Amino acid sequence: MSHAVMDKRPVAPRPATLAHARLPRWAPAAIAAGSIALGCGLGLVADWHSKVQWGLVSALLFVLITYVATSRVEGKRQAKDRVATSLVWVSFVLAIVPLVSLAWTTAVRGSKALSGDFLGHSMAGLANTDEGGGVYHAIIGTLEQVGIATLISAPIGLLTAVYLVEYGRGKLARAVTFFVDVMTGIPSIVAGLFILSTWVLTFGMGFSGLAGALALAILMMPVVVRSTEEMLKLVPNELREASLALGVPKWRTILKVVLPTAIGGITTGVMLAVARITGETAPVMLLVFGNAFINNDPFNGAQSSLPLFVFEQYRIGTEASYDRAWAAALVLIAFVMILNLVARGIARWKAPKH
Amino acid sequence: MNPTATTTAPPPPSPAVSQGRTTRAGDRVFLGLSRGSGILLLVIMAAIAVFLTYRAYLAISKDEANFLTAFEWNPAGSPPEFGIAILAYGTVVSSIIAMVIAVPVAVGIALFISHYAPRRLASPLAYVIDLLAAVPSIIYGLWGALVLVPYLGGLNSWLNDYLGWTYIFDKEGTGPARSLFTVGILLAVMILPIITNVTREVFLQVPKMHEEAALALGATRWEVIRMSVLPFGRSGIISASMLGLGRALGETMAVAVVLSPSFLFSGHLLDPGGGTFAQNIAAKFNEANDYGRDALIASGLVLFAITLLVNGAARMIIARRKEYSGANA
Repeated sequence: MSHAVMDKRPVAPRPATLAHARLPRWAPAAIAAGSIALGCGLGLVADWHSKVQWGLVSALLFVLITYVATSRVEGKRQAKDRVATSLVWVSFVLAIVPLVSLAWTTAVRGSKALSGDFLGHSMAGLANTDEGGGVYHAIIGTLEQVGIATLISAPIGLLTAVYLVEYGRGKLARAVTFFVDVMTGIPSIVAGLFILSTWVLTFGMGFSGLAGALALAILMMPVVVRSTEEMLKLVPNELREASLALGVPKWRTILKVVLPTAIGGITTGVMLAVARITGETAPVMLLVFGNAFINNDPFNGAQSSLPLFVFEQYRIGTEASYDRAWAAALVLIAFVMILNLVARGIARWKAPKH
Repeated sequence: MNPTATTTAPPPPSPAVSQGRTTRAGDRVFLGLSRGSGILLLVIMAAIAVFLTYRAYLAISKDEANFLTAFEWNPAGSPPEFGIAILAYGTVVSSIIAMVIAVPVAVGIALFISHYAPRRLASPLAYVIDLLAAVPSIIYGLWGALVLVPYLGGLNSWLNDYLGWTYIFDKEGTGPARSLFTVGILLAVMILPIITNVTREVFLQVPKMHEEAALALGATRWEVIRMSVLPFGRSGIISASMLGLGRALGETMAVAVVLSPSFLFSGHLLDPGGGTFAQNIAAKFNEANDYGRDALIASGLVLFAITLLVNGAARMIIARRKEYSGANA
């Protein structure tokens, strides 16, 4: 590489100055604007229906023109550098477009049917084509299922993490670590199938909120273990040693020194895990079954849940039901995002100080 | 340290601390509880494997067709015939499309955040991408079905016109773009945030010395990235992609909402039809009788095994990297 650099220098176009000829600073922006204009122009002329093509062609033109222009003016190496830069920018824009579109569509179309009525009523007694109705029953279902799942998996996950960090040596700890990793990757539908094959098919229990919560708990446990483990590892060893040196037994050290120090991060981890399972649809669909009526009892009978409600309304396929699906999606996304933001806020606020 | 904070762990059986005997008892109980929950996790994993295998065995033993190669799904028929060939094909193809699109773009965004974006833009951007990883899959599905599918219609006929000679982009069927190709694009959008996050973290760990050494030799920004950032981050990129692949393979609702399933084999990516393991379970579950459910569980077992392999491989790559990352800091 360096040889090439040495060789290039003397044959640079203007040996009188040390600097290479360079494109002006505004060149990338100008090329971007030009290629977007060209792309749209082509799109108009060739009458391409979807804007997707306009965008793709513009992006392609941007990279090409950048390469041609720089390799003319600045030379091969600079051209490669510019092309890499333009590719990085293009990939950024490519990725941001669908993600922005997703957020925007959910917000705009979701706010159409969203109202106090929508949040306070169930779908009882409504035909599929009717307007109105609401998600009250789904919100109740989601809160109860997620609550039960958290009650089951948070203590187990927490204790497992304590075991791994404070006690874990040897084969058992290694096996647990490995299988926690593996468990993180279980598809949600497989967790649902597992509870279906045990709870419902083998033990003969019916569909209920509890069955869904069990599947959600399986999905949540490894996430809690992982994040708690990371947080406990951040607790400085000096704290443990100071406590042990004062004659405090190990379990009291863990309860009174280690866990309180890491409690902020642990809370964050649990909340992020809750946010993750709140959006799970597949296990809920297999095990909770869906219900248009309010069922406050998670232990008996079918319930609903927000993601499941979105899916059901989408499947009905009328204008009114699409509106309801988007509105429920907006409620769901708001719930998840608020959980995320609060969790991250706690993490920043309670970050362990070394 | 905050001594007044309460903890969520179960309280110890005895408050008496000063006596050595109870202290040891407390220790023993606490160790027992925490080790017990660790063992419980292992038991759950084992139970998942055992129960799924048992149910799958019940189903496959009565299957008249070859479970691995049959092109149909009819467990309710007499004789019951079902196979996973179409599902395996659809799962693999849609995941490959997703990976081909998502990995380069994700690496691009990760580079953008770690090396190209203006400092002030970089950290809020990373934060937003983090948040996007938390968007529930059903919402991606809803967006995919109602926004993405109509938009892709034009692109599909364009691909058909100009790339139809490649066979895979030849579109024979008509109707909306509810094809494996669309599913692949949607999956790519879904796994982008997760791949980006992991990759970005690895890129940020690249030793500053490496980059500065490259810069001092007169390298351009791209040369710095190619010579110091990408080699250092290679295993990180691979493991991030595997994690994304694991998610794409097991994705259920988004695929179930977007795809219009069929059990006819078609090598044309743009034709509506096909299916994936998870999508098939979601679509067939409601109408399945008890035996049909066992058949679905059998296909779920295959999915479970595949994701285990992919995730295990990703973890091994990450673990191997850990051994080396300290050496060249």
